[in-house]
Amino acid sequence: MRPILLQGHERALTQVKYNKDGDLLFSVSKDHVICVWYSQNGERLGTYNGHQGAVWTIDPNPSSTILASGGADNTIRLWDMKTGKLFKTWEFPTAVKRVEFTEDGLFVLGTTEERMGHLGTIVVYPVNPDIEGEQVNEPSLRIVCETKKKAVVAAWSYLGKYIIAGHEDGSVSQYDGKTGEQLLNVPVHERGMLIMDMQMSADKTYFITASKDKSAKIIDVKTLNILKKFETDTPLNTAALTAKKEFVILGGGQEAMNVTTTSARQGKFEARFYHKIFEDEIGRVRGHFGPLNTIAVHPAGVSYASGGEDGYVRLHHFDKGYFDFMYEVERTRAQH
Amino acid sequence: MTADEFYDDEEEIDFSDLREQYEVKLEEGLDTFVVIDGLPKVPEDNKPKLVKFLVKKLQAVGTTKEDAVYMPMGDDGQSQGFAFVEYETATQAAQAVKKLNGLALDKKHTLAVNKLTDIERYGREGRIDEKYVDPEPEPFVEQEHLRSWIGDVRARDQFVLFRGDTVGVYFNNKKDSPEMTVERQFWTESFVRWSPLGTYLTSLHPQGVQLWGGSSWKRMARFPHPAVNLVDFSPNEKYLVTWSNKPIVYQEGMPGLTPEEDGKTYVVWDVNTGKLLRSFPPIENPQEADKPPNLRKKIQWPLFKWTADDKYCARVTPGSSISVYETPSMVLLDKKSIKLEGVVDFEWSPYAPTEDEAKKASGEQLLCYWTPEINNQTARVSLMAIPSKEIIRTRNLFSVSDCKLHWQSEGAYLCVKVDRHSKRGKSTFTSLEFFRIKEKNIPNEPIEIQDTVINFAWEPKGDRFVLITAGELPPAGAAPAPPKTSVSFYAPEKTKSPPTGPFRLIRTIDKRNSNAIFWSPKGRFCIVATINSQVSHELEFWDFDFDGEKKESEKDLAANLQLIGTVEHYGVTDLEWDPSGRYAVSSSSMWKHTMENGYHMWDFKGNSLREDHIERFKQFSWRPRPPTMLSKEQQKQVRKNLREYSRQFDEDDLILESEASATIIEARRRLLEEWRAWRSKTERELEEEREDLGLPPLGVDEEKDMEGATVIEEIVEEVIEEKEEEIA
Repeated sequence: MRPILLQGHERALTQVKYNKDGDLLFSVSKDHVICVWYSQNGERLGTYNGHQGAVWTIDPNPSSTILASGGADNTIRLWDMKTGKLFKTWEFPTAVKRVEFTEDGLFVLGTTEERMGHLGTIVVYPVNPDIEGEQVNEPSLRIVCETKKKAVVAAWSYLGKYIIAGHEDGSVSQYDGKTGEQLLNVPVHERGMLIMDMQMSADKTYFITASKDKSAKIIDVKTLNILKKFETDTPLNTAALTAKKEFVILGGGQEAMNVTTTSARQGKFEARFYHKIFEDEIGRVRGHFGPLNTIAVHPAGVSYASGGEDGYVRLHHFDKGYFDFMYEVERTRAQH
Repeated sequence: MTADEFYDDEEEIDFSDLREQYEVKLEEGLDTFVVIDGLPKVPEDNKPKLVKFLVKKLQAVGTTKEDAVYMPMGDDGQSQGFAFVEYETATQAAQAVKKLNGLALDKKHTLAVNKLTDIERYGREGRIDEKYVDPEPEPFVEQEHLRSWIGDVRARDQFVLFRGDTVGVYFNNKKDSPEMTVERQFWTESFVRWSPLGTYLTSLHPQGVQLWGGSSWKRMARFPHPAVNLVDFSPNEKYLVTWSNKPIVYQEGMPGLTPEEDGKTYVVWDVNTGKLLRSFPPIENPQEADKPPNLRKKIQWPLFKWTADDKYCARVTPGSSISVYETPSMVLLDKKSIKLEGVVDFEWSPYAPTEDEAKKASGEQLLCYWTPEINNQTARVSLMAIPSKEIIRTRNLFSVSDCKLHWQSEGAYLCVKVDRHSKRGKSTFTSLEFFRIKEKNIPNEPIEIQDTVINFAWEPKGDRFVLITAGELPPAGAAPAPPKTSVSFYAPEKTKSPPTGPFRLIRTIDKRNSNAIFWSPKGRFCIVATINSQVSHELEFWDFDFDGEKKESEKDLAANLQLIGTVEHYGVTDLEWDPSGRYAVSSSSMWKHTMENGYHMWDFKGNSLREDHIERFKQFSWRPRPPTMLSKEQQKQVRKNLREYSRQFDEDDLILESEASATIIEARRRLLEEWRAWRSKTERELEEEREDLGLPPLGVDEEKDMEGATVIEEIVEEVIEEKEEEIA
């Protein structure tokens, strides 16, 4: 599995994401630029310029027409994916850490930081799919988090029914997608351990969280029951579910602030593959020389991309061995 | 009823406060007095003479004078045979009791010296029963079997693992996770250590050393040496030596210690009784004393070296003598140290003479020592027989900078590694002096090595050896990279009958980083490793009796050397073979660095069996096994039927493996079923919800899209450069 090294950013990667068709890969970094690449060969199509600070998050809408991004310049921006034209900017008092479209692409959510007296919020805006059309200025929903309990990451459940948020205290909340009412709040990770990433399954009925407490957990959207957990020996920044195969990919490594004082070997800057159902570690992929900040898997499960603190995106296409790998029990079951 | 009540009742006067005062005075003031008994009875005229004589004797341990001796006279004009003596200090008085009690004056008279306070304490009427009563024998309590682990049905070996604050002892399960027998938090405060036969696990604490054993891992013994740093056992684990860098400061009431131990740093203990046998003060090395503490040479450990049968123990006082002590009394052999001017180091032969041999004159213990060049005398290596102290062999050596003594494990050979310098003292090289102890007149065989030998190791119970040489060491402070090393393998020439032939080089492997040699305890296999290195972490597994084609050039040698495996263990700091020589464990301890701590288990061929990364991993140590109790014939029988046994073991392994994998497969099947069941449930629920909302089932719209879609393949060609060249 020979990776394609995408050298387009000058600073640490913050998020990478495939579009729904899987032909495009978007990457954002602290260098203010959004890049888009062909996922097949790693060629860069272009950039989206306009953010005035680190870009924290990115999400293409399901029909691959609109791109939403959020960053440290306290804005959520909507871009014409095809032309790279910025057509809407929503401003906030604090930085935006996460944006995500609903599966029908008609709403977008964003999480804002708790800073300088402003509480962390989750905001929802309706999005007009017509790029030439008018966009609203005010959010349709605004959920305010308790102090010291800001939402770091958030995602839509199936049918936009719930908003699931991961908080800085290690707990996960379930909000009603329409009213914003908090329905559940469950401590999932160790108290006070930041939840760094949350990614939904393809049908958005379960999701995986990655936490600084060195573990990742798969949780049921409806009940917030923990279904699986994966223990590692390093703080995790990101976790992704693979399509086609029943695996998860975890990424992390030593804190960025300590990296310069330790060798790459000790930093544990590897993408780790675990079996989703058996919770066993299957393999590791080396390559980054800084912690992995973000991992995304191709919607069809044919490749994955990882973005590191080292400023590189590594794009891996799985080879035959990966798809052939099966546990004995899986094989016997598959034959039946 | 106490004495106070008694007086109160009888006389109704409370003078207990007065008595208390009086008693205190007695304790304080009379500590310097001793009572001497067993003196000859003399008339008044001879009294001054006797006193004078006595004082002379008494001054051996402290200061006293004739005035301080009070010898009461009886009514018959004769002295009574006892005297009271006052010393200058209480310690001197205590010394007198210790040293002079039992001293024979002449054939008839033996001194009995006691503290006056003791006589007060025990001599008063009623304090001690007049009639001797036999002490009640303690009822017999069955003790746990100290070697119970040997009885494991699967004959597995145990090991101790120290990680974080937890110490645990486990059975080795090869590829599977080890089976825990005991695990305790804070079991030791610095490290743990097995006794040489594996009976006890030693833990170290600020208060001293503790031994643990038996199947319940209960405490077997305690040795209260405060601030103990190091421990060492005698080979048969009868005795224990402890050392602390802080001299013992004796205080009243310290258990197990006496004022004698004040200022001592080494203590020798009897393991079975837990009693202190003797303590020793630190050895002052005059050259070292001037240096600041951090520049001084590390202490030599073990300082006390034991013969293989625990009969003698000896230590060197560098530059002057070797002291040999007899056990269990720990008294100097013939009451004096062996004066050997300049002596640097010595080693006992590891061979223990059998009982029959010991009766003969030739069955003595051998001790090898070396002395450097001093006073126009060449450096020399000598072999001395103990207890006769007869020197049975010496060899003179020239231009010696250092010597290391390497005995073969059965004491059949001795290799003296002599580091020598050229006449100008600029370049160094090594020569190996071999002595064949079992052959007549102990013949000597030198081998010259051009480089400096940094490591040497005999094959256990064998006659082959491995050495590692290093090129010129770079001057201090220069390039930090250690020089490349070479590994050389040696074996004796083949001979039809004993004695074994001369030692010959089999092969040298150049340009290595290797620095350590680990022979399998059963011989034949050997691991050459690079440990504690930043650059290289290789372990090479060598077989000395490889079952295969032999090189033509080596056909005369009693070995067929073959590299059978090379592996890497990042950050390896330690390596240990299990007692059976089947497995080797390399470990990476947080005591040396904090990268990838844990251990890695290999079989003797270098196949990886198990890898365990453990945070805050500190120590791994196999539990030693006591020597086999099978007779030579029985062992031969086992070897003969090895095929049969190994078939049985293979079968057992197979059954175990299939059992284990069956449980794992069962667990996985369950997990898989659970997951599938949950998935189909949520998928069904999702479909229902979509239906309620009037949405098409998931995935349908995509398929529809795909139907109408056409795949357009676009080939874009770009001309990068066009060039025209004229060909002449």
